[in-house]
Amino acid sequence: METDKEYIITVFSENKVGLLSQITTVFTCRNVNIESLTTSESALQGIHKFTIVVRTSPETVEKVVRQIEKKIDVLKAFVYAPEEVVQQEIALYKVTRSSSVEQLVRRHNVRILEIDSDYIVVEKTGHKEETQQLFRLLQPYGVQQFVRSGTVAVIKSRRELLNEYLEELEKMRKNQKNIDTEA
Amino acid sequence: MNTSPTDEQQTIDGPRMTGSQALLESFLIEGVDTLFGYPGGAIIPVYDALYDYRDRLRHILVRHEQGAVHAAQGYARVSGRVGVCLVTSGPGATNTVTGLADALMDSTPLVLVTGQVGSELLGTDAFQETNFVGITQAVTKWNCQVKRTEDIPAAMAKAFFVARSGRPGPVVVDITKDAQCGTAPFHYEKIASIRSYVPVPEPDPARIEEAARLIDEAQRPLVMVGQGVILGNAEAELKAFLEKSGMPVASTLLGLSAVPTDAPQYVGILGMHGNYGPNIRNRDCDLIVAVGMRFDDRVTGSPAHFGENARIIHLEIDPAEIGKIIPADVPVAGDVRQTLPLLTERIRKRRHEEWIAGFRACDRIEQERVIRPALHPTGARIHMGEAVDTVARAYDNDAVVVTDVGQQQMFAARYFVFRRTRSLVTSGGLGTMGFGLPAAIGAKLGAPDRDVVLFVGDGGLQMTIQELGTIFQSNVPVKIVLLNNSFLGMVRQWQELFYDSRYSFTELTNPNFGLIARANGIAYRRVEQHEELTDAVAEMKASQGAFLLEVCVESQENVFPMVPAGAPVAEIRLE
Repeated sequence: METDKEYIITVFSENKVGLLSQITTVFTCRNVNIESLTTSESALQGIHKFTIVVRTSPETVEKVVRQIEKKIDVLKAFVYAPEEVVQQEIALYKVTRSSSVEQLVRRHNVRILEIDSDYIVVEKTGHKEETQQLFRLLQPYGVQQFVRSGTVAVIKSRRELLNEYLEELEKMRKNQKNIDTEA
Repeated sequence: MNTSPTDEQQTIDGPRMTGSQALLESFLIEGVDTLFGYPGGAIIPVYDALYDYRDRLRHILVRHEQGAVHAAQGYARVSGRVGVCLVTSGPGATNTVTGLADALMDSTPLVLVTGQVGSELLGTDAFQETNFVGITQAVTKWNCQVKRTEDIPAAMAKAFFVARSGRPGPVVVDITKDAQCGTAPFHYEKIASIRSYVPVPEPDPARIEEAARLIDEAQRPLVMVGQGVILGNAEAELKAFLEKSGMPVASTLLGLSAVPTDAPQYVGILGMHGNYGPNIRNRDCDLIVAVGMRFDDRVTGSPAHFGENARIIHLEIDPAEIGKIIPADVPVAGDVRQTLPLLTERIRKRRHEEWIAGFRACDRIEQERVIRPALHPTGARIHMGEAVDTVARAYDNDAVVVTDVGQQQMFAARYFVFRRTRSLVTSGGLGTMGFGLPAAIGAKLGAPDRDVVLFVGDGGLQMTIQELGTIFQSNVPVKIVLLNNSFLGMVRQWQELFYDSRYSFTELTNPNFGLIARANGIAYRRVEQHEELTDAVAEMKASQGAFLLEVCVESQENVFPMVPAGAPVAEIRLE
């Protein structure tokens, strides 16, 4: 669809068994394809972070995020446009060794991870277009293996939305407790 | 994955007991008095412990695990309490899935405890093992597996909190057999909050102001009431709001009985087989105030045309429902019991007499063209609406009505007058045939002081007919009105209207229901003639125990009015 755009969804959750499948099910139900998915611990202890890249319509992405937030063990989910985040992907290439390959990779700002008499393994970090372009350039020399990670992203905003949310939550809890004790 | 204690784990000291005892003690602390269940291998330790709790916990032995869940739903819906079920692993667990899906769709608070194979056998395809947490992920509000005895109390505390708080729903706790058998100190702490879960969103004061302004400005407003009012115990708050605003009010199927359906401002049921007025006048409305409802497609018809000339105010506890189907001009997130009074105190007192009179004109058309012919048919056969009306009058419209799914459901909803809240138990969202009989059992146990009348078709009754055995064993005085047309009536109606009358596999050759009733020790009567109906219903009402009244009805009756699926609701057809 023409209105489809790329979105980066970050989900913060409790670190709980089975949560990944709970989250991906929401996309399955709405027939939204996940372009990439990365999970790791967040900066806050005990809170897990999922970074999910999708292409869909603005309405659908909003609805998907609300369905994800509905999961009991999910703290919060945010949606960002690509320009709102700093994002990177990492790609590894195992290429047949030759002098021309070595010259090529030196020109493309890559790290050489391993050199064997038959092959070299190189790493490139960047946007998908960059890692894809290198893949195309290396192909004529014989790429034996190629793998690319999902997107990892941090938010450009000066405000830390998750921290703000957690503080707000704490305030709400306190208010609620006061109301309970008054009643 | 994580070694530090989580919400479902606890470490504090208390008296030592087995996991099975801890589970039953948890039930008692949560105020549970009734369990619906069925024993089996992986839950035997809990049943063994239950033997010593028979004086404190009533256990209803159903005949199939699906029946246990539907019965717990009936119990929960009439009482407002959490329904509790206990079943074994594997097939026992998988048999509950339909009930869980139904409870999730209709926001029914349930806690289902399933046995599971020993933790050392997990993932080995052991006898009667299924990955039940995986299976029920899509049909529960929350679920978890407990593998350690000491984690049972905290898991149960979380389960009950999640099931009953916010928008209620079903929860599964899957307990391995070794966790049931082990011993640990018992210490129970009720849960009042979970970090990652906001049961009730805070209402936004600006939205309240804006909503109040729109209500004051509206010339042709309509309030639409859903089950959220009943679940939130907000009937009095709704009444006050309606009295001050003077607005007409319509109800969804599940919202029925939140407002007395003979109240002066009540204008009928929304949606596919609802009343003429609230559908035909949908495009005349300039404001829709939706209260605790989710705009199911059976309510909206074509969403693009729904309330196309109206602003929409949506009061809803579940943020995921706001804007899901119908975009809200003013979303008011929160508990309706809290948000309705905020609106009531801000709006001015008004009356919408002329606007409501317009609905009454629609009522007269419906009365003439649909209701009168349905209640007073001229042919030889009894009609479903006529049977419902006869029962309603015999009970002075004061009974808990339980229905199955299909034509009888629609006739029961249309022709019973609901005056008290929590008077209709029906499967709305999932539309589960076979729901009725077990739900009626649970409803009677949850509301023992009320009469419980089930309307069920010949198709739906046979889907869970084994629960007649539960009625027999547990002596549950449910009144069953079987509207037998020897057809899967609603599907037949669609085949007639939209599939060129090709009645593909909708005609039933039925067994002798009288023999089945008698075999289960249930009083029985069969009627075919209009003249016998009143007397037969009186006999059913007067009988002390359960009663099966088989009413042989016209085989090819249709439910009208009807909004064709996906059409704008204003295109409602009277015939």
